[in-house]
Amino acid sequence: MAKNTKAQSNKEIQNDQLLDMYSEMVLCRTLDERIWMLNRQGKAAIVASSQGHEAGQIGSVAALRKGYDQCYIYYRDLAVLLTLGLTPAEIIKGFVAKEGEPLSGARQFPTHGAHPEYGVINLSNVIATHIPQAVGAALTAKMKKEDRVIVAYFGDGASSAGDCHEAMNFAAIHKLPIIFFCENNGYAISVPLSKQMAVDSVASRAEGYGMPGIEIDGCDIVTVYETTVEAVSRARAGLGPTLIEANVERYLPHTSDDDDSIYRSAEEIEEAKKRDPLQLLSKQLFELNILDEKEDNAIRENAKNIVNMATEEAENAPYPETTDFHKHVYSE
Amino acid sequence: MPVITVLEAIRDAMREEMRKDERVFVMGEDIGARGGVFLATDGFLSEFGEERVIDTPLAESSIAGIALGSAMSGLRPIAEIEFADFIWPTINQIVGEASKVRYGTEGKLQAPMVLRAPQGGGVRGALYHSQSVEALFAHTPGLKVVTPSTPYDAKGLLKASIRDDDPVIFLEHKRTYRLVKGMVPEEEYTIPIGKADIKQSGDDLSIITYGLMVHHCLEAAQLAASKNISVEILDLRTVRPLDVESIIGTVEKTGKVLIVYEDNQALGIGSEVSALISEHAFEYLDAPVVRLGGPEVPAMPFSPPLENMFMIDTEKISTAINKLAEY
Repeated sequence: MAKNTKAQSNKEIQNDQLLDMYSEMVLCRTLDERIWMLNRQGKAAIVASSQGHEAGQIGSVAALRKGYDQCYIYYRDLAVLLTLGLTPAEIIKGFVAKEGEPLSGARQFPTHGAHPEYGVINLSNVIATHIPQAVGAALTAKMKKEDRVIVAYFGDGASSAGDCHEAMNFAAIHKLPIIFFCENNGYAISVPLSKQMAVDSVASRAEGYGMPGIEIDGCDIVTVYETTVEAVSRARAGLGPTLIEANVERYLPHTSDDDDSIYRSAEEIEEAKKRDPLQLLSKQLFELNILDEKEDNAIRENAKNIVNMATEEAENAPYPETTDFHKHVYSE
Repeated sequence: MPVITVLEAIRDAMREEMRKDERVFVMGEDIGARGGVFLATDGFLSEFGEERVIDTPLAESSIAGIALGSAMSGLRPIAEIEFADFIWPTINQIVGEASKVRYGTEGKLQAPMVLRAPQGGGVRGALYHSQSVEALFAHTPGLKVVTPSTPYDAKGLLKASIRDDDPVIFLEHKRTYRLVKGMVPEEEYTIPIGKADIKQSGDDLSIITYGLMVHHCLEAAQLAASKNISVEILDLRTVRPLDVESIIGTVEKTGKVLIVYEDNQALGIGSEVSALISEHAFEYLDAPVVRLGGPEVPAMPFSPPLENMFMIDTEKISTAINKLAEY
């Protein structure tokens, strides 16, 4: 399949579904902004913002069977976690390293660890190591004859790693039920795409593995949803993997420890904000008369209240006890 | 009781576990139609089929990574690395990832996988078919590292490793594969990981060793017996976790310790064993702890006289025994 091919949708997106996605996106943006602020207040040690990636994440998760399909995510996937079911309070507890953080018990960086109930795993900070692991999970699904689909989320940076190549090759050979979902924001920390690859898209590599590769506008949530639905049905039908390259934007530095003004112009970021997935979706909903100003305000107000309560809960939570420090090294 | 080789013991262990447990499968390079370069999986493809006997591309990092992902999601993979010398691309997936699955998810996930690899020298394998890799893995909590010496141990330990809920690096000395034969009971048994075994009882000095070296030490102990030196040989069998109790036990008994291992001596398994003895059994020592390990060159050279310089043999062990006995 050639790149730039928009998948044909076999499932029309419903209006109320679109409105739910919008509410999720507003909540995620509000939460992300709050977490960034907690970092600037010295309360959250490290943050990798998802701002600009939300449509790619929320749109793709919406195409999955939540709690059944599995997501192997990376550090910029806040909206995946939120959409799968983690609460804002649980997520903020991760950022302030407090007790009750459900993924790793605050042993790991925020958003890392696992939540088997929601089918989400974010084991490592080493870029691309999770991609072969996701393929292993897809192998399990195939061997157990389950119609489970695995999604490996990764950035453009990870697409350069050897593990990414090895994983895609194996998945294509065995027609495994996996979607390689590349959130391409154009930067591997500071290194632009032109210094990461000589081809013009990550998706174009799919041909070399013998699977479809589709490059899409990752800021357009409807396109993301429809493309993922198509890839999910291919995977469930035993037709094998799909590589989706969702072109997204990164509005903030790589992490809270980065200074992007060294390598990115303010003009470039301003230009990128014209594609803000939140504004695009809001505009779309207004045009379709699904949303009016009153309801929009209510959604934003509600998100603010949820995040306020979550922040309070997380900040008031104690740090974890050190009594379990030695636990879970080996099976007991 | 039938007498079989180490290789046959390994093959039997895997075959029996695959017959017993649907979740167990094998993956690796040339393990299908070829049956593995050493024939460890000979006949598996016809018995278990392509789904459970997976010939992989030549890509070790993903062999480990895919095995890990399948283990985290409920299977029990046995991944074979064709030669331990090719294991380095798996370090990220094993040392970096598999070791931390349980700890990094607060026990919500586990990685019940076995990574098997033939290792060791003395087979004209040169720099890239002779390496010993146990120390690199044994450094990391969360992993288990098993180094069997006999058919009986290899079978019982491999079965225990496949059933274990944590990642196990199972290192088979390729020189033992066909050379070492021994009795193995037909009935079902396993050997617990982390328990050392006294291969020969003695009073004058203890040798602590593992893998192929156990056999050289047994030969050297026979020679020593003719000089009235009674040698005890403790086979560690597992280098992580170490059986500290058995190590201390033999030191208390003989008061003199020689640690023999083929891997590079510095910062190796013997270094840790030596430190444990000085921490826990210093007052029982009648002589300084002696290590006899691989030299300070990065790997074993090809030409016979050069290979012999690296390899520990019965003669070198005998010399060390005599010197220590005289102390």
